[in-house]
Amino acid sequence: MSLNLDYSFLTTDVIKSNIVPGFEYALQLTLVAAVGGIALGTLVALMRLSSNKLLSRFATIYVDALRSIPLLMVILWFFLLIPSSFYAAIAGDFGVNHRPEFSAVITFTIFEAAYFSEIMRAGIQSVSRGQVQAGYAVGMTYAQCMRLIVLPQAFRNMLPVLLTQTIVLFQDTSLVYAIGAYDLLKGFQTAGSIYNRTNEMVLLAAVVYFILSFSLSMLVRRLQKKIQIIR
Amino acid sequence: MSDWLKRSAEVMCKSTTDDTVYSSCFAGKGDLTYLQWLFQAWGWTLLVALVALVIALILGVVIGVMRTLPNKGVAFFGEAWTELFRNIPVVVQLLIWYNVIPEIFTPLKSVPPIVLAFVGLGLFTSARIAQQVKSGINTIPKGQGYAGLAMGLTLAQTYRYVLLPVALRVVLPTLTSESMNIIKNSSVAAAIGVTEMYYFATQAGEETSMHATMYLGVTILYFISAFTINRLAAQVEKRSRLPGAFGGAK
Repeated sequence: MSLNLDYSFLTTDVIKSNIVPGFEYALQLTLVAAVGGIALGTLVALMRLSSNKLLSRFATIYVDALRSIPLLMVILWFFLLIPSSFYAAIAGDFGVNHRPEFSAVITFTIFEAAYFSEIMRAGIQSVSRGQVQAGYAVGMTYAQCMRLIVLPQAFRNMLPVLLTQTIVLFQDTSLVYAIGAYDLLKGFQTAGSIYNRTNEMVLLAAVVYFILSFSLSMLVRRLQKKIQIIR
Repeated sequence: MSDWLKRSAEVMCKSTTDDTVYSSCFAGKGDLTYLQWLFQAWGWTLLVALVALVIALILGVVIGVMRTLPNKGVAFFGEAWTELFRNIPVVVQLLIWYNVIPEIFTPLKSVPPIVLAFVGLGLFTSARIAQQVKSGINTIPKGQGYAGLAMGLTLAQTYRYVLLPVALRVVLPTLTSESMNIIKNSSVAAAIGVTEMYYFATQAGEETSMHATMYLGVTILYFISAFTINRLAAQVEKRSRLPGAFGGAK
């Protein structure tokens, strides 16, 4: 029974130089992958529900394939397969120097799209068929029906689930250790190894992740109640 | 491409200690080909997932039931458990089991990391299963529980004979996805030194510089594992399906 925790080394400077950059990156990764993943996921969901066999087959394979491989392996694959020249093309030297960070953003967007697409599919299917038929009856095209009738309701119905998945995504950003990207966890670990305080930093990381995820999920729960009342 | 395939096949049949290439792809005693190592790693992956799943199922049902009990203290403990294990990333939890917990309970220092992985993954997943068990119990009309109590059953009997038989069968389909999740999440166990498939992928990739080959082997085995679980679970679901409830009519 001897867990002598000592946080005295943790000055503002240490936090600023080690942890804040990691926190910022984790937030950026979460936001970009959530927005990009929801957009791409909606597209995949529409493809999956499309009457075109080829499109729906492709979407099914995309979703099933990504959902049966661990995210860690997907991260490794993308890091291996996307060449440095790609990062040079999109962000120059900065891109090459931050290859793991850029790679993770692309990986997470494509990977999370598979999960978001399943949510959006449920959302689209929650809108009754009659509404689409009514849209067609007044002369709307497929695109108009989706954009003006189905998708707004699907988003709204699924908003709590989409946000919950985004919280999961935020926690998953800790997995970028596979390719050494500098995220929140890495920030804590770096500070921990510099000052030889590994235990302190792992515990603090857990506390920070917990506070962020827990308070966000409380917010989502409140939002859910609000939406339920209006419906 | 065909050249890559040839080199891949060769490296898989190569010894992990020297440059011998075995034509059968299986080395004899005292040596190991990469293919054999891959299968060993697969074994560790399945073992971690399976043991963690058993822990998660037992704890998940217990915690899920606790969350529905009338006793406020017990219900709060269940809620706190769920929130604690749900809101911390799994890799951070494993690092705590590996680094911090043995400092508090020193006998754990001599325990192999895989045991800590069983416990860490099991507790992580138990929170998610508890969530599903709780909502499973809550889908049962309250009257059924009251009817049980009114007939003179104790609370424990009401759960045992009235609520759980229905709730657990309602929950079963979601357990399929949890079993698949636990296989995928077991890849994180490499972070505390368990030599499962993710560990193999990075290590063998490093040693041979044939990263894609090793990743591909591992990815295929993850696919097979996920697919097998899916089929197995479908069978279990079919057998235990509740007539008349949630697609039971089909």
